[in-house]
Amino acid sequence: MNAPTSTPAALKEWPLWEVFVRSKQGLEHKHCGSLHASDAQHALQMARDVYTRRQEGVSIWVVPSVAIAASEPNDKAEFFEPASDKIYRHPTFYAIPDVVGHM
Amino acid sequence: MNMPNATTVHAPVDYLLHLADSALILGQRNAEWCGHGPILEEDMALANNSLDLIGQARLLYQHAATLLGNGATEDTLAYFRDEPQFRNHTICELPHLPLMSATARGDRDFAVTVVRNFLYSAFMVLLWEALLRSEDAQLAAIADKSLKEARYHLRHSRDWLVRLGDGTELSHQKAQAALNALLPYTAEFWADSDAERAAVANGTGAATAALRADWDQLVDAALAEATLVRPAQTAFVPTGKQGRHSEHMGFLLAEMQSLARQHPNGTW
Repeated sequence: MNAPTSTPAALKEWPLWEVFVRSKQGLEHKHCGSLHASDAQHALQMARDVYTRRQEGVSIWVVPSVAIAASEPNDKAEFFEPASDKIYRHPTFYAIPDVVGHM
Repeated sequence: MNMPNATTVHAPVDYLLHLADSALILGQRNAEWCGHGPILEEDMALANNSLDLIGQARLLYQHAATLLGNGATEDTLAYFRDEPQFRNHTICELPHLPLMSATARGDRDFAVTVVRNFLYSAFMVLLWEALLRSEDAQLAAIADKSLKEARYHLRHSRDWLVRLGDGTELSHQKAQAALNALLPYTAEFWADSDAERAAVANGTGAATAALRADWDQLVDAALAEATLVRPAQTAFVPTGKQGRHSEHMGFLLAEMQSLARQHPNGTW
């Protein structure tokens, strides 16, 4: 493998990062916004200054926005609407026999 | 409120004011970026930095005001003392510009901000660490809180120092110019004032000479990573700690104090 012959050129445009913050130990990281930064460490520091200054978090994840594959708004009909009339997929659709007792 | 008594050791008031003034004046300077930051995130980072510093200054002024009595408050100390009474490091009061006369105007230079915050927070991390062992229990508690903030200030400014120094040709050139302008002002870190000597003598202060080797190491390692060259130290030693300031200090105080002086006791 060839070693890089020069350092990469400085970025004029910073890529976009999605920021996830865990509000306290044991809870999941939640998406809270996005920001532009030159690399992951830079993104973490900026996320710290923008998204955790009111004690919102104990942990931060940043993910390059390009790494996220998203469903298309145009696919809404075929992706999501078929679920709308399948109420039997909710457990509350079923009556629980008395013998089962409290679930 | 804890009133001092004969058995409580406390730091000399002038020493507390020296620490408070440096924090307040740099907090005021960095706050000039508020609304003008190069990017939104950096705007907020610098405002956060200012609020940390002003918070440190408040605790130190409150401690000093309690020791002074006679109606002194954090506000009288911050807003109703004049230039020769301020005891901050000169480096804290310099504008965000390459050196020029006090009345000259130009665009703020982010490289100056970064280099100053780096040189100063590297020093303050070491000083707050030493002050954890202060005989003045209140000062030791303030050091404990401030150390965490200073460590982040160092991390943030060091990160930018490397990005600018090892960045584009222009950012490198600006970072080097800022370093050349500001490094001579760090000579004041090591020139002990009477207040610092008195604080060291009663066990409440920290001897800065003992911090110098660690500071040099911190600075040299970061400069090497940033591909910046440390300029030679000159004979110049600033005297802000003695109350003799640069020509920029009066302008800063005028802006910072005028509102409180026009509306004494005003609240909002």
